[in-house]
Amino acid sequence: MRAVRVLFGRELSLAWGGGGGPLLACGFMLCLTAILPLAAGGDPRVLAPAASGASWMALALASLLSLERLFERDLEDGALDLLTLGSLPLEATVAIKAVAQWLATGLPLALAAPVAALALGQQAHLIGLTALAAAIGGLGFAFTGALGAALALGARRGGLLIAVVVLPLFIPPVVFGAGALTRAADGGDPLSALALLSAYVLFAMVIAPVAGAAAIRNAQG
Amino acid sequence: MLKTVDIQSLSLSRGERLLFQGLSLRLSAGEAVALTGANGAGKTSLLRAVAGFIRPDAGTITFSGGPNAGPGLDGEALEPETARREGVHLLGHLEGLKPTRTARQEFDFQTAWLGGNPAARDAAIARLSLTPLLDLETRKLSAGQKRRLSLARLIAAPRALWLLDEPLAPLDERWRAVAAELMAAHLASGGLILAAVHDPLPVSARSLDLGGLA
Repeated sequence: MRAVRVLFGRELSLAWGGGGGPLLACGFMLCLTAILPLAAGGDPRVLAPAASGASWMALALASLLSLERLFERDLEDGALDLLTLGSLPLEATVAIKAVAQWLATGLPLALAAPVAALALGQQAHLIGLTALAAAIGGLGFAFTGALGAALALGARRGGLLIAVVVLPLFIPPVVFGAGALTRAADGGDPLSALALLSAYVLFAMVIAPVAGAAAIRNAQG
Repeated sequence: MLKTVDIQSLSLSRGERLLFQGLSLRLSAGEAVALTGANGAGKTSLLRAVAGFIRPDAGTITFSGGPNAGPGLDGEALEPETARREGVHLLGHLEGLKPTRTARQEFDFQTAWLGGNPAARDAAIARLSLTPLLDLETRKLSAGQKRRLSLARLIAAPRALWLLDEPLAPLDERWRAVAAELMAAHLASGGLILAAVHDPLPVSARSLDLGGLA
């Protein structure tokens, strides 16, 4: 248990230390949101229907930002060897890092997501649902992102590679998450879409640590 | 507790290049082996294979020990991954320190992560005179100071097998002497040391020459 706690502490301190990473991701998401009205025109009749979709796209892109940091730096400076020889299995290490990534980046983004959606003209009563869906989806982004970061280990320009590997895996949560909001905006019941979103997230939480650990062992060899 | 490492007819290659083949080595409690050989002969690769990071082309690396091990008794075979996670320290070229964190944060994390205890941690800090360094960010430490932090890790989290890659290289005379004492104490308490070196190890050790470039 102590190993779990100290790794969490280290990961959160690394995420927040040196330049406020989570705030950067939130800023990036809000910038993306601000660009849409400039590109598509400021007409609320155009923007409001696209608000949920556009905010989810911004959320997915902003979730990519700090993934390169997740394993690549530890590989470069030798800390990954140390993490592998620690008292926890590598699978647990990957899972802890992904959860810490969610706490450090996913949750702040989930708080910023309603702001982005509101700015694009989403109905105000959907604020809670937007944040909830973004928080659940963010957990999925963190785990699939960790898998992508592990797969891209050791590659030159890994950051770009992570984006290309991971974005297709981000499609289901974007479909279900934005779908739940669109549903609710039309007066429907968002529960089925939320259930599908949660199912995908649970799937990612099971697969990503195992596959990620295998990819890391491969990169270390 | 890990008591022996048994390497049987091991072959390792990096990329297309065969480093060595048919290497056998047995290391028991209290023994040290100094790996020598030209640059690129495979010393670091052998250490990383024992640590489980490189999969050998052929051959086996097994660990034994456990509660039934004693003088003259190997004890039972250990599950390799568990043996490595509980009994192996690797001190490599890279110290694994994050530049923006303080030496204290990094040392405390490494010690706790590797299963150290507070008493051993304090003893390690005293032994390597780390107190004045602990509040510095690790990017401000010299290579020798970083190595002292790594040596402290070895004694703060007691583990049986030390895999050391050029352990003395960045250290000055004073700290080389301290490192020699730490190694001697580790061997005396039943530890095992496998070290890649160019200079002789400062403790009595068998030597294994991996030769030149294969």
